[in-house]
Amino acid sequence: MTAKTFAIAAVVAAAVALPGIAQAQGRDQIRVVGSSTVFPFTTAVAEEFGRQGRFRTPVVESTGTGGGMRLFCQGVGVEHPDYTNASRRITRGEFETCTRNGVQVVEIAVGFDGIVVADRIGGANFPLTREQIWKALARQVPVNGALVNNPNRTWNQIDPSFPNRRIEVLGPPPTSGTRDSFVELVMDVGCRNIAEIRAITDPAARTRACGAIREDGAFVEAGENDNLIVQRLTTSAEAMGIFGFSFYDSNRDKIKSHPIEGIAASLETISASQYPVSRPLFIYMKNNHVGVIPGVLEFAAEYMSDRAAGTDGYLGDRGLVPMPDATRRSLRTSVMNRQVLTQVN
Amino acid sequence: MTDMTISTASDLHTSGAAQARLKARYAREARFKAYGLVAIGFAVTALVFLLWTIVSNGYTAFMQTSIRIEVMIDAERIEGTTPAEKRSDLALRTADWRGMVNASLAAKFPDVPRSDRRFVNDMVSQGAGTQVRDLVLSNPNLIGQSVTLWVLAHSNVDMLHKGFIERDAPPNRRPVNDRQIALYDQLVKEGSLEAKFNFRFLVGANSASPELAGMWVAIVGSFWTLVICLAIAFPLGVLTAVWLEEFAPRNKWTDLIEVNINNLAAVPSIVFGLLGLAVFLNFFGMPRSSPFAGGIVLALMSLPIMIIAARASLRAVPPSIRQAAIGLGASKLQAITHHVVPLAMPGILTGTILAMAHALGESAPLMLVGMNAFVVDVPTGPLDAATVLPVQVFRWAGQPERGFVEKTSAAIMVLLVFLLFMNAAAIYLRKKFERRW
Repeated sequence: MTAKTFAIAAVVAAAVALPGIAQAQGRDQIRVVGSSTVFPFTTAVAEEFGRQGRFRTPVVESTGTGGGMRLFCQGVGVEHPDYTNASRRITRGEFETCTRNGVQVVEIAVGFDGIVVADRIGGANFPLTREQIWKALARQVPVNGALVNNPNRTWNQIDPSFPNRRIEVLGPPPTSGTRDSFVELVMDVGCRNIAEIRAITDPAARTRACGAIREDGAFVEAGENDNLIVQRLTTSAEAMGIFGFSFYDSNRDKIKSHPIEGIAASLETISASQYPVSRPLFIYMKNNHVGVIPGVLEFAAEYMSDRAAGTDGYLGDRGLVPMPDATRRSLRTSVMNRQVLTQVN
Repeated sequence: MTDMTISTASDLHTSGAAQARLKARYAREARFKAYGLVAIGFAVTALVFLLWTIVSNGYTAFMQTSIRIEVMIDAERIEGTTPAEKRSDLALRTADWRGMVNASLAAKFPDVPRSDRRFVNDMVSQGAGTQVRDLVLSNPNLIGQSVTLWVLAHSNVDMLHKGFIERDAPPNRRPVNDRQIALYDQLVKEGSLEAKFNFRFLVGANSASPELAGMWVAIVGSFWTLVICLAIAFPLGVLTAVWLEEFAPRNKWTDLIEVNINNLAAVPSIVFGLLGLAVFLNFFGMPRSSPFAGGIVLALMSLPIMIIAARASLRAVPPSIRQAAIGLGASKLQAITHHVVPLAMPGILTGTILAMAHALGESAPLMLVGMNAFVVDVPTGPLDAATVLPVQVFRWAGQPERGFVEKTSAAIMVLLVFLLFMNAAAIYLRKKFERRW
């Protein structure tokens, strides 16, 4: 068993390793990267798409919106992904990278997601405004006319009508698209009427002052695993959590959401654009890969179809808030015509 | 008493002070044993608690609720004009199977108003249409006939059946509404709803719906990853160990290599993942998410462990064996390949299996090379996209749907069974081929 064992091991190693490197890299399977918020919707479409049997099931990877854009814009060719999920619109910088690398981008809005401030079921009602959330979570808030490190420890320091409850909010880390949207939809709006912030003349400094979230323990970055936030909320009388509407929707028996500016988050209020903290979700298609990787355009067609993203579609069951039918259909036509994105502001 | 002398040996043992010292020593020993028992007790309690949590959460995943329906295989819903066209593979694959299932549900519950049809359709899984399709694909003669079959229930119904959804909770806090609970009760009463053994969980592909989700892609992915890992790490590890142990001169270079190998064994696995991402994916352009790239990363990770284990077992072979072989005229190479390595092989294999078991449970470095993807098609080779068992556990743990909670624990149970088998194999090999000199 001696020399033979060696010989066999070596032959096996060579047999397995060599063809691997030698094999040309054709690809007959769509690759999708990007946002973890859009991930559950894209996997559902991918599965349904594969089930129809015309093409192989796309491989979907969750890398976060920013990470996905980096991979997507890296170039054209089978080693680069065909789609990327995004929980926000592509930024100008990302678009420029794409253009520089010859990537033609087709933007596809697939629906909406809301961001909820959630609490355990038994907790008291807690109607919030975005300004109050800003005062609770901003790094610096005005005290006697000057911006100082946020001194607010309990909710009743922000508004005397609130209970004496410690401020503890669990939310997404900076790498997450949900965090970007939260800053844009809540923090940036919440500081609008603060005189001391308006007094900052440099727009970049003003944006920074608005969007900075405190790091003294009142806001806890809970990582990308929302199940952990749910667990924490159900066991704590003080913690509140920030996450996507679809996650809240699947865990309604354990958590409730607080109305923002008097409007509760629901499928209806989000699709009617009444609920203030909602955002569109996107997938981006690489136009250069249409006709190169089998099924690229057909995948977009499935994603935008009535049975998927429609009002009663299967994505709705998973918590995606559908667009109005007319909007979606006209968008679908422009996607099917492969209308390439030409500029991003 | 200050100048007390010990006159006899018996004084040493029988004096009052000696008795007290003896008692104190016994007490110390008893305490020490008690500490040990407490430590073991703590470890055992923690283990039992862990296993109990996993098993009690996960055992239900091995049963899955199904609903019996009678489906009319409606030729109208299959594309094509002639019967032959309708039997073609493409026509059968793209037919409106879901529509047939919905029609059969409508026929089964005729008094449900139109506005509530959606709730009826949501009682069965999204994969129900595929189940009908697979049946007809295997037997196209069923077209035009009516078939009775068990289709999977939707995960919410499954959770209700298993008691994870409180039916008395207010309607806005449970995922099934009153209409669906009434239908569920009716189905249970007439015996059309049963929990059946869930083969799909072991041999089915992954899915975004908990009731359809299976582990087969992860199992196959883990297999290919380990094959690549073994094929690279084993020969390299054994050759390195033999050279270092038998041929290498003792100088500062070999000392340096030795120190580095020992240090590498302690490097956190995520570092190997970063290396894999930078070198194998970005530089060599290996396919993302493939067991090939993952296996190489794991091979680098387990190489130091295997070298250390192999060296230890080579060192355990007595020098007299080498000397006897050389004394009888064997060359050094012959002494090593004919005598030393075969005698060390049981130890080398044990170390290899333990390193492989370690690699099987590794997730962090693989996620960096893209093996945390959602993959449905079963990989046919090491270059196809795949995922592995521990990553599958991680992915399911992050899913919002309630049904994935039990799947997560069940997947951990499957992973533990594989690990148990590998460790048992290591113990068996050690016992069977162990040699004492």
